[in-house]
Amino acid sequence: MSATTAIRWVEACAVEDIDAEDVIRFDHEGRTFAIYRAPDGRFHATDGLCTHERVHLADGLVMGSIIECPKHNGRFDYTTGRAKGAPVCVDLATYPVRIDGDTVLIGLG
Amino acid sequence: MPTEIRRDYSLTGPEADRAVARGLATADWYQCPIPRKEMKALMARSDGPALRDTAIWFAALFLSGLGGWYFWGTWWCVPFFAVYGILYGSSSDSRWHECGHGTAFKTPWMNEVVYQIACFMILREPTVWRWSHTRHHTDTIIVGRDPEIAAPRPPDIAGILLNVFALKSSWVALKKIALHATGRLYPDEALYIPESERGKVFRVARIYLVILIAVAAWCLAIGSILPAMFIGLPTLYGAAFVVVFGLTQHAGLDEDVLDHRLNSRTVYMNPVFRFLYWNMNYHVEHHMFPMVPYHQLPKLHARIKDDCPTPYSGLWEAYREIIPALWRQRKDPRFFVRRRLPGHARPLGAPPAGAVPAE
Repeated sequence: MSATTAIRWVEACAVEDIDAEDVIRFDHEGRTFAIYRAPDGRFHATDGLCTHERVHLADGLVMGSIIECPKHNGRFDYTTGRAKGAPVCVDLATYPVRIDGDTVLIGLG
Repeated sequence: MPTEIRRDYSLTGPEADRAVARGLATADWYQCPIPRKEMKALMARSDGPALRDTAIWFAALFLSGLGGWYFWGTWWCVPFFAVYGILYGSSSDSRWHECGHGTAFKTPWMNEVVYQIACFMILREPTVWRWSHTRHHTDTIIVGRDPEIAAPRPPDIAGILLNVFALKSSWVALKKIALHATGRLYPDEALYIPESERGKVFRVARIYLVILIAVAAWCLAIGSILPAMFIGLPTLYGAAFVVVFGLTQHAGLDEDVLDHRLNSRTVYMNPVFRFLYWNMNYHVEHHMFPMVPYHQLPKLHARIKDDCPTPYSGLWEAYREIIPALWRQRKDPRFFVRRRLPGHARPLGAPPAGAVPAE
């Protein structure tokens, strides 16, 4: 995300909406995102669709800092967006997240 | 006599564009509804079941191979090599498959090690088949998109019979390995194997060739085929269950439908077959939720069976349907077995936006 772009914080969900080591889908203005709650309790956000094919990552399995696509075993580190190997070859876009009270906000450009 | 309609099953022919135009490529497929918490539990990974099953598999390979070697030169070696061959040439099919999905083991490197070994056993180049199978799951039995349609219409009955000893499939595999060893791909493969992966294809093809040539040279040097009975030939003489199990997956069922309940079969099998096949007899379940490990498929089946067609009671019932269907498709390629959903099953998923009904 460009440093010159102002971040627009958008309410994504409530803190209690996501279990630890899990993910939910968040759709906003025609785009889809995945919001994660890591085992250490921190929240993260990425694009919602796998970069390999049009599959919602929110239906996948979170294992530690890894999200696994539910269709083809494509794996990403959701804290960095980095693709971990075939069949995913392109990294995921990540977004800043902050907590305001009981609300999870995602920072969009 | 029905008019014969031959479709082009290649990925580079007119059916490929037609599938895209009809909204069948990379489409949304029907999934039985399962709450998120249950689905997470079903997808949860564990090393235990696959470690146990792999230890049994390798131990059985070792013991049967030992018996074959000990009794070599007598008829007593036959049953030992029969067992060794089935474990090597047939069970490797489910092992490459499950480990290729990355679900058999929790630990990624364990999946990768068994994947590489099993791929060699069944002569399926690991990178090529990883990508081919990825496409098979994206576009299951979509003509012009799926590179793994085992029984196109009309079916190649002679080819199926030859593959009881993997004669056709191995011939094709060897031709591909030879081409890949020269640093080239077939046009279909170039459609689904990204540039970044092709170096691996060429490197592994050369390794396969070196191993196979070394075994052949060893046989020539000692004047015996015994080394090849352990490495290479079991891919052929042990292949029968690849066909017996594999044809039940989709053969004779519908094409170009976005619902795995209509193009895949779940067939009940005994525990020995399920061990050999790593529960791939639950094939509707596997396709609908491919990230559920093989050892969880019976649970998944119990969870969704009321929303699926009645499973087949065994191989006998499955083949009572498959054989007549394939035989009829020789002359009538339009024929297929229409699976019946239970009356209370949820309806089919709506076709994707812009989809054009089949002609």
